[in-house]
Amino acid sequence: MMDWLHWAIFTGIILVFVLVMVMVLIMIERRGIARFQLRPGPNRVGPFGALQPVADAIKVLTKEDIIPSAGDKWVHWMAPVIVFVPAFMIFAVVPFQKGAILADLNIGILYIIAISSVGVVGVFMAGWGSNNKYSLIGAMRAVAQMVSYEIPLVLSIVGVVLAAGALSMTTIVENQSIPYILLQPLGFLIFFLGSSAELNRTPFDLLEAESEIVAGYHTEYSGMKFALFYLGEYAHALAVAAVTTVLFLGGWKLPWGIISDFPVAFIWFMAKMVAVFLLFLWVRATIPRLRVDQVMAFAWKGLFPLALANMFIIAVEVLIWPNTPWPLILVNFAAAGVLIVIWSRFFHTGGGRVEV
Amino acid sequence: MRFDHYGKGIAKGMALTLKHALTRSNITVRYPEEKLHNSRRIRGPELVWDPERCTVCATCAKACPQGNITIVSSIGPDNKYVPERFEIDHGRCMFDGLCVEACPFEALHMGREYERGTYRRGSLVENKEQLEASDVRHPSAYFRPEFEAEIPEQTLLVNRQIRGTKTRRRGWLSP
Repeated sequence: MMDWLHWAIFTGIILVFVLVMVMVLIMIERRGIARFQLRPGPNRVGPFGALQPVADAIKVLTKEDIIPSAGDKWVHWMAPVIVFVPAFMIFAVVPFQKGAILADLNIGILYIIAISSVGVVGVFMAGWGSNNKYSLIGAMRAVAQMVSYEIPLVLSIVGVVLAAGALSMTTIVENQSIPYILLQPLGFLIFFLGSSAELNRTPFDLLEAESEIVAGYHTEYSGMKFALFYLGEYAHALAVAAVTTVLFLGGWKLPWGIISDFPVAFIWFMAKMVAVFLLFLWVRATIPRLRVDQVMAFAWKGLFPLALANMFIIAVEVLIWPNTPWPLILVNFAAAGVLIVIWSRFFHTGGGRVEV
Repeated sequence: MRFDHYGKGIAKGMALTLKHALTRSNITVRYPEEKLHNSRRIRGPELVWDPERCTVCATCAKACPQGNITIVSSIGPDNKYVPERFEIDHGRCMFDGLCVEACPFEALHMGREYERGTYRRGSLVENKEQLEASDVRHPSAYFRPEFEAEIPEQTLLVNRQIRGTKTRRRGWLSP
């Protein structure tokens, strides 16, 4: 009985947290990208424009809900829900602080890998149910991209799991004496690129490439359903930022192992999350969209072999030095640099001119 | 053996965008609060009429390809023409400035204002009193370069950028 109450309350808290944080992220994204483009960004509604997401939400919720007459109504209706729910479900295993976790699964990271790829089904349903060529092309691209980038992503997570010796998110944080971004820089890079492809953020956002396929899979969506897609996208970004924090940035732990109580550790976790999101933003502000063949080539020919090599190196290191001495940081940074430079000799991103 | 394509270009680009985001000021203007001066010779969407200089010769009305200018004259007290009606329909005007160029007495000028929206089409037809120069209605130096001295210089975003880089840092938190 009390168990159910506990679950209901914490799910409610997480839902509110996600909704509020999505609004904050949207604001950070819009003001941040505006700063990169040397303009003020939304600054009219509320102090510093902080209420702009609220105004947008009210606007979009009062808009007409259009369903294509030749579309598949059930699939069209279900798609935004299936996109949003997995992104929200990831938060069940995110340890915001020691003990502040909804379900401390012993296979937490496996659960995240399994759940986060369900979202692509929703994207494909949206493309299929809309009965629109642009939607379908966007959805096809999304599926191809997500399936490809899942592999380097998972392989880079395997590196972390090997080093931490656990699949549970809490244990991964507790076993991280040195943040894994220092111990596995190449793993972090692969994870970052893979997850930004998974999130469809800018270098890899060709499933909603405005210049080619109007808005991709959500071309035919309006009103509340579009809002749900938008919400799902940012909730997923938030979730990925949280997972990156847990896996590579040491979670809630302060530097030099000072583990503190509720406010400090929680704020520290949030700060890391926002920092990861700002990194996504910075990449978005800099790098233009890739071509379809370049995206696929980058996943299969670029990241996949590097991720395999990275996993192998981590496995050997864990085998030889089980308690990770700090000189490994230097070794791994050197190894990452050498691997990237060597791999750049073998790998060219598709045809045409791409200078990376 | 040359080593490139290993991410050097991306690193350079990222460094550049970050540098710009942190050091440069905004190049946009918060419009209703801040306004830029436009070109001194702009053909603004209005005409300014000077009743002192006008001899009611109606050259402007003849020059207008649209027939927008209505002039009705009468003989004044000292046997001179005085304008009874002088009306310009800004709704049909295409602001080609032919009337300004045709005026032999420099009595008609293009204006400088640009906030000229109205709620009624009828209010775009303006009469003698409305056409005169006033606080909100200034002649531009179009076809009359000698006016340039009294008109503020055009604000170029290039100049704003150069000034702004050192002194003003608007951005992250400015409302």
